[in-house]
Amino acid sequence: MQLIIDNYNYWLVIILMMAGFYTVISRSNLIKKIAGLNIFQVSVFLLYISIGHVKGGAAPIIEEGVKLYSNPLPHVLILTAIVVGVATTALGLALVVRIKEAYGTIEEDDIHKQDQSL
Amino acid sequence: MIEEHLPLLIVVIPLLSAPIAAVLPNGRIAWLFSTLISFIVFYLASTQLFEISSLASTDAPVKSIQYALGNWPPPIGIEFKIDGANALVALIISAIAAICMPYAYTSVAREIPEKQTALFYSAYLLCLTGLLGIVQTGDIFNLFVFLEISSLSSYALISLGKQRRALTAAYQYLIMGTIGATFFLIGVGLLYAETGTLNMTDLAQRLPEVFEYRTVHSGFAFILIGIALKLALFPLHLWLPNAYTYAPSIVTIFLAATATKVAVYVMIRIIFTVFGINLIESTPTRELFLLLGMAGVIAASITAIYQTNAKRLFAYSSVAQIGYMVLGIGFGSVLGLTASFVHIFNHAIMKAALFMALGAIMYRISSNHISDMRGLARKMPWTFGAFVIAGLSLIGVPGTAGFISKWYLVLAALEQQAWIVVAVILTGSLLAVAYIWKLVEIMYFNSASETKNDDVKEAPLSLLLPLWLLVIANLYFGIDTSVTVGVAEPTAAMLLGGKP
Repeated sequence: MQLIIDNYNYWLVIILMMAGFYTVISRSNLIKKIAGLNIFQVSVFLLYISIGHVKGGAAPIIEEGVKLYSNPLPHVLILTAIVVGVATTALGLALVVRIKEAYGTIEEDDIHKQDQSL
Repeated sequence: MIEEHLPLLIVVIPLLSAPIAAVLPNGRIAWLFSTLISFIVFYLASTQLFEISSLASTDAPVKSIQYALGNWPPPIGIEFKIDGANALVALIISAIAAICMPYAYTSVAREIPEKQTALFYSAYLLCLTGLLGIVQTGDIFNLFVFLEISSLSSYALISLGKQRRALTAAYQYLIMGTIGATFFLIGVGLLYAETGTLNMTDLAQRLPEVFEYRTVHSGFAFILIGIALKLALFPLHLWLPNAYTYAPSIVTIFLAATATKVAVYVMIRIIFTVFGINLIESTPTRELFLLLGMAGVIAASITAIYQTNAKRLFAYSSVAQIGYMVLGIGFGSVLGLTASFVHIFNHAIMKAALFMALGAIMYRISSNHISDMRGLARKMPWTFGAFVIAGLSLIGVPGTAGFISKWYLVLAALEQQAWIVVAVILTGSLLAVAYIWKLVEIMYFNSASETKNDDVKEAPLSLLLPLWLLVIANLYFGIDTSVTVGVAEPTAAMLLGGKP
């Protein structure tokens, strides 16, 4: 039990990761897929930030009297990864808009049916 | 001065040119600009390979070029580390990018709306930046960023296809590609947690101490799956056929010849440089690669035979060819890796030539369906001739480039007495004969009369010249192997830690 409480952030990462991944795979609505993809990516951001935490360390801002800082590098990495994630989401949503214009639906099954009927 | 910054310039020049291309007027000017840039990059990449191979022939203790970005010494700053493997793959990418450009003008004018051409060239240059960045960098997180740059721009490029299915193909690729990249990111995070470094050389030094930890093992597994999605390793190849089929011709040529090759390079880099063959031996990675490689060669080749769309047929053939490259990794020997590198090179030139021939046919008959190609051999003899020679190279007939890579692969298999793999490689070649023949038959032995192909003319010269240049390259590298095998063999030996 203590193991779960002490590492609650990692458990959160796992739950979010699985929830997001499952959403991507199982939903047929294209927007929901992208939402799932976002949750999946966010869980990785949380993972990185959890890794960067040093026990008893303060936030990595230089201050008088503070000796121990958390590792700021994962934060920087994740800033980059967030930008990448935003770009991916924007491109994905743009594609969904174009798909909606071309097919008149954003349900994967309907799109598949329309493609097969050609 | 230029010499000193060469590794960075190869990436930065196309990166800075991409936004410039986007604001240039559509059509000829944007095209001229991107052509100029891609030829400059090609020149720089060949200089780089020349430097590396002259380093290799001397007794210099360090046989690689290191470049610290912004003069921050690694591992604090990002480092570009160039050895034979990077230089060879960078040359392939830039060569294909440059040779595509003369072809692009006519093909793009036909397949992409005029008002989008400047943006198209911008995305093309961005994709080139990403691919070259992946190859040049020595920092594993930087690699992820470049991976996403190349992927995002290739999603956009694919969605430019004329049919609406291009959109769904791009969307499917986006979902799969992002999952792959995120898996890679998870793996990198786990490795970082255990070693505290992102520099590949540093990782290689620190990983042996912590390799027994489960974190590192799962990090390795995440990275492998992530890249396997990117390189369309069977059975994770589902995004590839649609993406290649519905993308505009020029995009298919460029991506088929470069994108998956770069992923194979990343796989080799991670396995042999970062982890090293000794650590890999304690995991079933090699067996897995051998199995999936064999399954990929057979299953994808058989699927290719039953396709009715020529582009889709060659997309499946690409999956099969990736199987060969993965087999080379699976052997984990100098011969095997040499075969992988040589096949990366040779497959790039043969697939680019094949897709260029299909693009030329597309230009004339506006279709990629095999049944629409009746009798084209007599109407477009030069395109057909190029197609046949490139097809022979794909099969692996002696005298063509394809033979060299198959030869080394078979040698590698014989060295380890893997008779089943030898049988699979030969069967794969026979299946390739079957699907190439299917196209040759319909184009050569069917009459064009009474079909709408009766008044089709030969493809324009601007499409034929790059096509034949690649075909001649296919023949040339089938005889002179000093560039391909000459660079690949010492590189493979170096990756395996100098073992003979």
